Amino acid sequence: MSTTTAGVLFILSLIAALAVAYRYLGDYMFRVVAGERHHRVERGIYRVLGVDPDAEQSWGVYARSVLAFSLISILGLFAFLRLEDLIFKVPDFATPIGERVFPHLAWNTAVSFVTNTNWQAYSGEAAMTHFVQMAGLAVQNFVSAAVGIAVAVALVRGFARRRSEQLGNFWVDLTRIALRILLPLSVVAAVVLLVGGVVQNLTDGTTLSTLTGAQQHITGGPVASQEVIKELGTNGGGFYNVNSAHPFENPNAWTDWLEIFLLTVIPFSLPRVFGRMVKDNRQGYAILAVMAIIAVASVALTNVFELGHAGTVSQAVGAALEGKDIRFGVSNSATFAAATTLTSTGAVNSFHDSYTALGGMMPIVNMMLGEVAPGGVGSGLYGMLVIAVITVFVAGLMVGRTPEYLGKKIGAREIKFASMYFLITPALVLTGVAAAMATGHWQTQLNVGPHGFSEVVYAFTSAANNNGSAFAGITVNTPWWDTALGLAMLLGRFLPLIFVLGLAGSLARQAPTPASAGTLPTDKPLFIGMVVGVVVILVALTFLPALALGPLAEGL
Amino acid sequence: MMRTPRWISRHLAAVRALVFFTVLLGLLYPLAITGVAQLPGLRDNANGSLIEVDGKPVGSSLIGQSFTDADGSPVKKYFQSRPSASGYDPDATAAGNLGPESIEDTLGDPALDPNSADGDGSKQALLTQVCARSKAVGELEGVDGSRPYCTADGVGAVLRVFYTDGLSGKVTRAVSVNQACPATPFLPSYEGVAVECAKFGEDYRKGVLVPVRGSAPEQPAVPADAVTASGSSLDPHISVDYAELQAERVASARGVPVDKVTALIAEHTTGRALGFMGEPAVNVLELNLALDRIQ
Repeated sequence: MSTTTAGVLFILSLIAALAVAYRYLGDYMFRVVAGERHHRVERGIYRVLGVDPDAEQSWGVYARSVLAFSLISILGLFAFLRLEDLIFKVPDFATPIGERVFPHLAWNTAVSFVTNTNWQAYSGEAAMTHFVQMAGLAVQNFVSAAVGIAVAVALVRGFARRRSEQLGNFWVDLTRIALRILLPLSVVAAVVLLVGGVVQNLTDGTTLSTLTGAQQHITGGPVASQEVIKELGTNGGGFYNVNSAHPFENPNAWTDWLEIFLLTVIPFSLPRVFGRMVKDNRQGYAILAVMAIIAVASVALTNVFELGHAGTVSQAVGAALEGKDIRFGVSNSATFAAATTLTSTGAVNSFHDSYTALGGMMPIVNMMLGEVAPGGVGSGLYGMLVIAVITVFVAGLMVGRTPEYLGKKIGAREIKFASMYFLITPALVLTGVAAAMATGHWQTQLNVGPHGFSEVVYAFTSAANNNGSAFAGITVNTPWWDTALGLAMLLGRFLPLIFVLGLAGSLARQAPTPASAGTLPTDKPLFIGMVVGVVVILVALTFLPALALGPLAEGL
Repeated sequence: MMRTPRWISRHLAAVRALVFFTVLLGLLYPLAITGVAQLPGLRDNANGSLIEVDGKPVGSSLIGQSFTDADGSPVKKYFQSRPSASGYDPDATAAGNLGPESIEDTLGDPALDPNSADGDGSKQALLTQVCARSKAVGELEGVDGSRPYCTADGVGAVLRVFYTDGLSGKVTRAVSVNQACPATPFLPSYEGVAVECAKFGEDYRKGVLVPVRGSAPEQPAVPADAVTASGSSLDPHISVDYAELQAERVASARGVPVDKVTALIAEHTTGRALGFMGEPAVNVLELNLALDRIQ
């Protein structure tokens, strides 16, 4: 079988598996978030938390609950990171914590994991104890993912409800999503990864003599339990520095397939939840179709560019193999790279910095699309619904009618929230890049010329979109970079999230408008095509100049 | 009695939630998975897929090793792994991260000792790394190590070309930037202008970078994975092509027939999972251990 055929089958088999999951996982998640009854165990948890599970929240209260939980999480994780050496000091590093996890790094890492970004300015095996990885970082992998899904569900409630001030209860959503969706799936998938060869122990590993007599330290750690939620929650923070390229995180070709499946399965299944909640499955299929069209195009282009191996070094080598492992090969690495940036995961099984110019541009473009195809868990769905709102608004302008979506009028208030949501990320990316270029902090880049500029663009695009992958040549563990990227992650997560909840609140308040002859049907190919067009055009207008100076200058 | 203000009770709930989830998801869940992992059948995997010889661990079947001597020269009786940015050190995994147009070296200061702790300040571009590896592997295996865009002395074949009008016009000067003087430039002349070797300290940035393909074959004798570093820096595998290239050298170093070595390569080649996932690969450590066993 040729490499191309195998690569295409790899992609088709993923699509088939995701199609099956859409229905079943989607329906299951719908029952979890829409169910009226509280489980007995969950009632106990609500008592411990001191919250009333039957008290519904307005959008303001919902937002304040999200922010309170995230603030406490950031503070708690920051303290944990600075104190990690106090307990269970395995592995026992030669460097003390004060010289290993600097305050600026702890700030960056705490924000990074709470915002579901998992940007890593540290090397896992050189900086973090097993204890802080599992009880600090991996906990946020679960709950930051649950927060994202909760906010998406709150937005959908805004569409589904009429004349209501209530969007649900954040604490109930958080608990149910973490306990009934993320935890069971993680347990099952962790055991499967163990079968594949992922390590899971609490030891410092084994030091041994190799065949030629050199010393090699085979590392240990609770990797499988963290690996699963890192993918499933579209987090992406590796236990080890080289992330999912590490054979202990991703031992073979089928665990690679499984990890791509895990990082795409929830984002691709959430439109089903949307369809069920607004009582029209076709609306879910329409959103899914938009996501799928963009995703397939992006995966295909990344494969074409990487297998085509343009560029001086790749031409000298004869393949774009630098930074890629043999067991995955070029095609499956390209597919992983596209999937991890189409979602907000940011795990990598190969190093994007060494990709061909245009192959390396695709991850940047995927993130610039706002990570909506399918996007992060929850954030992908709410991002796509905001773009759908903008689309019906644009369509309404064209025919001179008041735009509406799912019976809700898109008026001045709604479009303000949607526009602010859309504008915040490009503003952060472009301001950040400009600041780095103007202040000389770009000089920590590894590569020179356009590719060095791409490293800077990639860093801010990844941080502001809460992705977490990198053109990893650039050195970012400096006070300036840690602070700047920390701010980009924080504002890039929570400002859009507040705007989404604000939009949800104003939608929920409305009484539905009956559809008329002037209503744009939002479950038809015309609408699907328009949303795809809006996504691509908005992003092209915003980012083309930056891309022209980086990857396009390098690759064309 | 005063009621606790709303914002305080909200943050208290957040604290309790964080503690609860830390206990459940940060302690109970990973400990339970660790418990399952240590059951017989999963335990070997969970502890790093160690391979033992005579009761002593010699490596992990998932983690690559360097098969070089103390000086870093290849041990001829062993199949060689791919280049690695960490030298196969699992405590410092890293990728090279140089980009596809990393083609211009930084020359070393001839006044400094390249073998000193700080070095001479030289930095190889990715292209020169590829060319140097290709040349070295070619010499080791007795095949042609030439590649497109590489000079015969194993650096990137790259010129800085100066024009009368900046980016256009007549060529006024051409420098082979990766060949430090007194090297002989890989091209005697470029568009009628004699090519110079590169001098340390001269600023060539006004010239246009021109990689020169040369006449190397489209399919070089040294395979792609032999000249590129992996992403993990621990890649346990090499391609079937690279293994077959090494068979003859390993066989003659061990004094065993080549057929026997190629048969072992076939035995230690894993095909694509389910026929379509990943790429066929040869596990280098396992292959070398098998060779040690037959002797």
